[in-house]
Amino acid sequence: MAFKLNVNGKVREVDVDPDTPLLWVLRDSLGITGPKFGCGVGACGACTVHVDGQARRSCTLPVSRVGDARITTIDAMAADPIGKRVQAAWMELDVAQCGYCQPGQIMSATALLTKTPKPTDADIDAAMNGNLCRCATYTRIRAAIKQASGQKA
Amino acid sequence: MTLHLTGASRRDLLKASVVGGGLVLSFRIAAKAEAAETAGAQALNAYVRVAPNGIVTIMAKNPEIGQGVKTSLPMMIAEELDVAWENVRIEQADNDPKLYSRQFAGGSLATPMNYEDLRRVGAVARAMLVNAAAQAWNCASGDCKTAEGQVIHVATGRKASYGALAGQCAGLATPDPKTIPLKDPKAYKIIGHPKAQYDVARIVKGEPLFGIDVRVPGMLYATFEKAPVFGAKVASADLDAARAVKGVRKAFVVDGGTDLSGLLPGVAVVADTWWAARKGRNVLKTQWADHPTGKQSTAGFDRRAAELAAGSPMTTLRNDGDVAAALKGSAHVVEAAYAYPFLAHTPLEPQNTTAHFKDGKLEIWAPSQNPEPGRQLVAKTLGMKPDDITVHMTRCGGGFGRRLSNDYMVEAAWIARETGAPVKLLWTREDDMRHDFYRPAGYHYLKGGVDAAGNVSAWHDHFVTFGEGAQVASSAGMGGNEFPSRFLANFRADQSTMPAGVPMGPLRAPGSNALAFVNQSFIDELAHAAGADPLAFRMKLLGDTPLVGDKSSAYNAARMKGVLAAVEKMSGWKDRGKLPKGAGLGVAFHYSHMGYFAEVVKASVDAAGAVKVHKVWIAADVGRQIVNPLGAINQVQGAAIEGLSHALYQKITIENGATRQGNFGDYPLIRMKDSPPVEVKFVITDYPPTGLGEPALPPVIPALTNAIFAATGKRIRSLPIDTSQLKA
Repeated sequence: MAFKLNVNGKVREVDVDPDTPLLWVLRDSLGITGPKFGCGVGACGACTVHVDGQARRSCTLPVSRVGDARITTIDAMAADPIGKRVQAAWMELDVAQCGYCQPGQIMSATALLTKTPKPTDADIDAAMNGNLCRCATYTRIRAAIKQASGQKA
Repeated sequence: MTLHLTGASRRDLLKASVVGGGLVLSFRIAAKAEAAETAGAQALNAYVRVAPNGIVTIMAKNPEIGQGVKTSLPMMIAEELDVAWENVRIEQADNDPKLYSRQFAGGSLATPMNYEDLRRVGAVARAMLVNAAAQAWNCASGDCKTAEGQVIHVATGRKASYGALAGQCAGLATPDPKTIPLKDPKAYKIIGHPKAQYDVARIVKGEPLFGIDVRVPGMLYATFEKAPVFGAKVASADLDAARAVKGVRKAFVVDGGTDLSGLLPGVAVVADTWWAARKGRNVLKTQWADHPTGKQSTAGFDRRAAELAAGSPMTTLRNDGDVAAALKGSAHVVEAAYAYPFLAHTPLEPQNTTAHFKDGKLEIWAPSQNPEPGRQLVAKTLGMKPDDITVHMTRCGGGFGRRLSNDYMVEAAWIARETGAPVKLLWTREDDMRHDFYRPAGYHYLKGGVDAAGNVSAWHDHFVTFGEGAQVASSAGMGGNEFPSRFLANFRADQSTMPAGVPMGPLRAPGSNALAFVNQSFIDELAHAAGADPLAFRMKLLGDTPLVGDKSSAYNAARMKGVLAAVEKMSGWKDRGKLPKGAGLGVAFHYSHMGYFAEVVKASVDAAGAVKVHKVWIAADVGRQIVNPLGAINQVQGAAIEGLSHALYQKITIENGATRQGNFGDYPLIRMKDSPPVEVKFVITDYPPTGLGEPALPPVIPALTNAIFAATGKRIRSLPIDTSQLKA
């Protein structure tokens, strides 16, 4: 079935089964590999993208339910002023170990800072609760979010 | 020490990396800009290329699994080469035993195994550049020095850049690495200075770096369904139903073998997209043949362990003095049974490999920690010559020991050859969790004594583990030297085994990640029986002899006491009496992977039994040099927080021969809200630098359970922590 998707500011056409999760449309049909596959059940957050600015797990979102929503992936975050700041903080603090979860972490952090420019620790806990880091770089993720929001760690 | 300086030319290097077609450009987009930047580069050896503009490319020879070696190993070369870090570009090497050695990620060995050799690689390249300058200037090499990518004639101040000199090195002899002096560490400008991971910019942009991101023209996608009971054969599968699914190209049975580390029986579905392959798999209705291990279970293992503990041990690992007599004469005797479960690794990137079989040759892109044994396994299983197989190493989305096995690699290779097209095999999370090489469960039945003076008078452990007779399963053993062995006059460790058809293998700090919990908890029990401060009790146990045991395997008690004293100070241990009710500090130490680690956890338990970890303090002694402090602290913090996951949440249960858990819903990982701050201090001692991927993990588990005891008076003897037993 044909779908027109608004991905990273461009309209992309794909021909896939309606139940195909957005993650696999992005990765396999469109070659956008920034969102990662970690669990397939929305439990780890590695696949996090923005759907109309909200952090969503693309592995459990069927393409048929995307409609004309704006999809933004990590691949376009450098063009987002807040996303760019978050990426810069991530680089400066050298947050990553293996790095696999970090695109999803950055998407959740950017969504948080867009809505809540100066998040408290509790805000951070709530917003980041859906993103697992198997290497457990949580200490630096928290510090990077604070740095990106101009707060002391 | 073996050092391979082959003097391979750039052409040789290229030849090695493009066998069978090379990577498609989309996987190397990020490398393209650099390729232009380093055009015309001259190889000085298999690790170092210098471009005319002075940009130096250094090969990262080992798999990067998040432990930071893609940055830290090239730092060693760059330091002795004497170049500015900003002018260094790093390229991941292929698996290539002809050019490189020891290309694996395991045992926290990258630093100790490479620190000497790779500095010499850099020093030899630097010497060649100096020799080239000396030849051009008609002076002695000793008249020249180097600084940040330039050779300088000391007397005249004449300079030549490495970029200009590299081309003149081609005809020069490679100096003997052993004769080249190395820098005084005080002069280091790169080693010991914090460097961000080389790939950090690509990581935060989500660029394709990982095995799962590999794309090859004409590539198809595969899933592979194996039996829930490890190694069971396929009885039937509705291949036609799978083939009828839109996008599915092939569905076939793989007979496989019986080796749990090799190619196992299963059903492959290959399709245009991975989602189509999964949908094909969903309709297979695979039936599995009965298997001899189909009835095994965790409950059965628990029962059998108790039976074995009640009987005579099968093996004695060590027997010093007379434990039975010493126990009789002790002022206090403590008996306790400890147990810990199977654990899965769950690297966040599920297992995958891309393979392309063409004209009798096989090209593989794999996130493996151990690619060469993978190549050998593929060669043996497919009946190929190893030389006809190329393995490209991709960044690994976590390893933790899981990717030391290469089962996914041989599956992809087999499926690709059967398919006749390039294939990316990708496992589901459930595949990963149910087909792991689990951290072995284990059982310890302990008896210990304390004399009237508060010293440990006797220690007896009957360890029940998996194996047959005296042979234990992978990572399921205990050495006779395990602490507090050798520190006690009366010490005995016995062992009994039971068979299990469960794949087992190393998980981060294998052995230690379980034994530290048991031994450091039981030491705490003895301290409590003696009415002693648990930290002072440990200091006393470590004694006044700096080196304990045979020279070749001595335990450095002085180093351990050093970190224990450091963590006592960091954590405010002496003020722990001021903590509110329900909160406590716990301490533990453990030696593993050549590192000495002492850790304190502050935890509290509420009326409902919920555990909160407030903070972790870690003092670490890994020798005289921290190679990359930025990465080092990250490793230590991550290892400790991972240990909390083990302690608080994780358990793999075997039921009806199969793993029950399948995803993060029933096998949780710690999340941000539960992750405490971790304060790290490196205690510098004059010993060779050793690794940091693993040794921080083991002590945090008993430090937590000991903190829970301090907070509640309740002793945790089984993992994961059962909070229902901690209710007020």
